[in-house]
Amino acid sequence: MTTTTNKPSTGAPGDGPDIADRSLLTGSLPRYFAPALLAGVAAVVAGLLFVSGSFGLPLFAIGTVVAYTVLITLASARVENGRKAKDRLVTTVVYTCFGLAMVPLLSLLWTVLSMGIERLDGYFLSVSMSGVTPTMDAGGVYHAIVGTIAITLFASLISIPIGLMTAIYLVEYGRGRLKKAITFFVDVMTGIPSIVAGLFVVALWMMFFGPGNTNGAAGAVALSVLMIPVVVRSSEEMLQLVPTQLREASYALGVPKWLTIVKVVLPTAIAGITTGIMLAIARVIGETAPLVLTAGSSAVAINWDLFNGQMMSLPVFIYSQVRMGDAINYERAWAAALTLILIVMLLFFVARLVSRFFAPKLGR
Amino acid sequence: MKLSRNRQFTGLALAGALALSACGSDQAVDNEDAASAGDVNCVDGGGTLDGAGASSQENAMATWIAAYTGECEDTTVNYDSVGSGAGRTQFIDGGVTFAGSDAALDENETEQATERCHGSEVVNIPGYISPIAVTFNLEGVDSLNLTPELIADIFNQEVTEWSDDAIAELNPDADLPDTEIIPVNRSDESGTTENFVAYLSEAAGDSWPHEVSGDWPIEPAEAGQGSSGVVAAVEGGEGTIGYVDASHVDDLGTVNVGVGDDEFVEFTPEAAAAIVDASEPREENTEHDLAIDLNYTDGGSDAYPIVLISYEVACLEYENEQDAELVKSFLSYVTSEEGQQAVADEHGSAPITEETRENVQNTLDQITVTS
Amino acid sequence: MTTTDSSTTPRAPKGKRRIGDVVFGNTARGSGILILAILAGVAAFLIIQSFDALSANTANFLTTTEWDANTDADEEPAFGVAALAFGTVLAAALALVIATPIAVGIALFIAYYAPRRLASLLGYIVDLLAAIPSVVYGLWGIGYLVQELTPFYQWLSDYLGWIPLFAGPISTTGRTMMSAGIVLAVMILPIITAISRDVFLQVPRGHREAALALGATRWEMIRMAVLPFGRPGVIGGAMLGLGRALGETMAVAMILSPALIISPHLLQSGNQTIAAHIALQYPEATGHGVSALIAAGLVLFAITLVVNMAARYVVARRKEFSE
Repeated sequence: MTTTTNKPSTGAPGDGPDIADRSLLTGSLPRYFAPALLAGVAAVVAGLLFVSGSFGLPLFAIGTVVAYTVLITLASARVENGRKAKDRLVTTVVYTCFGLAMVPLLSLLWTVLSMGIERLDGYFLSVSMSGVTPTMDAGGVYHAIVGTIAITLFASLISIPIGLMTAIYLVEYGRGRLKKAITFFVDVMTGIPSIVAGLFVVALWMMFFGPGNTNGAAGAVALSVLMIPVVVRSSEEMLQLVPTQLREASYALGVPKWLTIVKVVLPTAIAGITTGIMLAIARVIGETAPLVLTAGSSAVAINWDLFNGQMMSLPVFIYSQVRMGDAINYERAWAAALTLILIVMLLFFVARLVSRFFAPKLGR
Repeated sequence: MKLSRNRQFTGLALAGALALSACGSDQAVDNEDAASAGDVNCVDGGGTLDGAGASSQENAMATWIAAYTGECEDTTVNYDSVGSGAGRTQFIDGGVTFAGSDAALDENETEQATERCHGSEVVNIPGYISPIAVTFNLEGVDSLNLTPELIADIFNQEVTEWSDDAIAELNPDADLPDTEIIPVNRSDESGTTENFVAYLSEAAGDSWPHEVSGDWPIEPAEAGQGSSGVVAAVEGGEGTIGYVDASHVDDLGTVNVGVGDDEFVEFTPEAAAAIVDASEPREENTEHDLAIDLNYTDGGSDAYPIVLISYEVACLEYENEQDAELVKSFLSYVTSEEGQQAVADEHGSAPITEETRENVQNTLDQITVTS
Repeated sequence: MTTTDSSTTPRAPKGKRRIGDVVFGNTARGSGILILAILAGVAAFLIIQSFDALSANTANFLTTTEWDANTDADEEPAFGVAALAFGTVLAAALALVIATPIAVGIALFIAYYAPRRLASLLGYIVDLLAAIPSVVYGLWGIGYLVQELTPFYQWLSDYLGWIPLFAGPISTTGRTMMSAGIVLAVMILPIITAISRDVFLQVPRGHREAALALGATRWEMIRMAVLPFGRPGVIGGAMLGLGRALGETMAVAMILSPALIISPHLLQSGNQTIAAHIALQYPEATGHGVSALIAAGLVLFAITLVVNMAARYVVARRKEFSE
């Protein structure tokens, strides 16, 4: 991975045996050539744009990248050879792709950070919206944090065991039709639109508990429908990566299959599984539509009880604030978005610690 | 791979932050700063009151609930702004104790709701009256005079340029560019759309030949979700014009609507209240029902004719005493002078008049527990 | 996203069945069956609930574009899903076309080009982005992105306007299918990237080093060793992204200026997706309205099903070629 394209090609002419293919003997561009060319091109493009009076950052970036790509490819084709030229071309394209993608992603993160930081403080994080009118310069998201954590936790409690066991079934036990069916329908399930999951749970609750029962548990069940397939998918991938030899060694020692799975397979794959579960949580923690339908959108006070009363969550909080539409509401919405991102970061961090703790101590 | 110290530190800090936030409270504002409901008749023992319905009332309800629950301890009021339709359905199903709705229950719904109310009367109480502003984004122009016919033509995409003679004639002082007109409507179905379209179809006559419903009747040029979405679209474009609840207008230009001959009214809460006074009760109303049949055409020269009336729908009898008491107490606050004024201050709505309030209170006094 | 071949997992030693094994095995199988039951539940719910509106519908559900379902008792509803289905597929396809190549580019960058420290940091950022709620993407889209994109749209329609996709006159507010597609692309980028990166990193070291040892340039190594190995994974990731794009509700509802028409003009306002339509119409749905919306949900479900089957077919075929 550390090879660079600038390494001189094999030997200088005359050093070794005669080589028929001259392409192996071509020279190479000096190491400093690429950065120097980039700087040069950037300067020229900037100059040209200034002269023509149409300087703009996007235009400058596009002009520079295009000119650089053409020049480096030509230069490489001339001094080096066609294969290297292609390699340089692709390298430039990959870097460009990366740069291109980072623009919206960083712009998004930056927008959330800069807009959210204004209101994000201890007060905002530690109080609810109880007794606060929409345009009052007060109030916070504590009740929404509580709701998000409680609902997500409950959804995880439902989804992780089911999802993980299904993955184990698929990898370790499954065969034939049932396995095929489950694999296929898990894929289908990843495509259930979140709002349909919400509608489903609303109907389910209506059937079991009668009308007007919006509570946190309903939200958690709706989220589980969305979360289970993601858990299955990612855990399945990770379990498959566990080397067969490990299982065989365990069987050879007379360990029962289920103990092999619990003591050998799962710990080996735990790091990957945790990452997968975190991604699954990340997928559902930001869901809005199903929670609006199931857990309600009007709770303003702290509620830890999943089975009684409406529960606010951060995405729903953001959504309803945006709908209210005053400047202060937008401030709250951005701050809540930042809070949500911080919570997810924290979760990811904890997940890494957990997977470190459980992973077998190998000489990695 | 060992954890770097740096990471351990970050972890510690984050864990600390979480632990800190674990002691959050519902005390967002000090008691003296909190929204106050004045002299409200709280229900002894409190309880939970559930309502659901129109999203137009969302902001107003949040204000009322903040003030009411601030005054009445142990009482929780939930208002789910799920939409008028869903709110009415939930009310009929018995899921909520009262509903907020941008339209009074129709005959069919009233019948179903009577069943839910154990045979007692179902009442529509006007709780939230908001002018619907016609706003536009046109450089250098803050207000325009437009007749109902012209508004209809614009939204019907027949008058397509701001420099059109018809507009210029009514606005001799305005510097109208020849920008294209882009009408913006609500993309979600809403009471705001329904009231706006109802107004156009009554006041504009043949210029607006479309059916009245909560859905925009023609293929939209541009649309946005909710009032905030319409405002975002109007602000984001040039030459755009849309209709929104008054509380969302901000700094956009607004239209003075033509009433009668050559008279134009600016949208204000007072002007909106005037049209309600000039209107008659709905014909089908039962004894205590207070639904209003809006009079869009001849409310006089002081009345701003495009308004949204959002009702609170309730039963006159409830099975459970606590429900009856809570509904009576909360809706009394909502329609009280303080309640109406609080929302008018916050969101630019029109307070109901003294006359209406007396009728409302009269109706609310009838709410009892089923004997 | 590969299917396993059951022959790769060894059988535990046969003999007397241990209690633990029986319990564990059956629990695992039970979980799998439970998932099937949940899915069957969702499907049954959709079918039963939509039946009411579908049987009252006076128009052809699959070919009609208008939506007139909120009718009183004495009126006949007439609604169809054609425009919605078209919009849904268009938005998702647009997102996929934009996102997949870029995602593969980033994944390659993280896996094989970036310095290691930077790579792990980037991986972390990408994972994080997957967790940003769609409401925030929507907010960012209307509040920031569409303004930035409008000049670009103008340029596109000026120079490429002869292609129907980019035909003018463009919408001045930028709330178009193109914007929705771009925001969806940004939303699914992290998912496709994360999965592609994982598969690229799993390419056996031996393959890569053998290629390099034979004098291959980095690109040749990637083309010959990494891409063939990673292709099914990339396709799987893209399908996962497509699933999210198809079902995305809030971001589309906030960004797109909808109209129930079938229009290929990406730069004009118009079209609508099923999920956003449900979100916008559900609150005020009366009469047959709710049931009709659920029928639309059923169609969305069916589209997802078809897309997944297609993906499966493609992956299976590719596998035959690459093995």
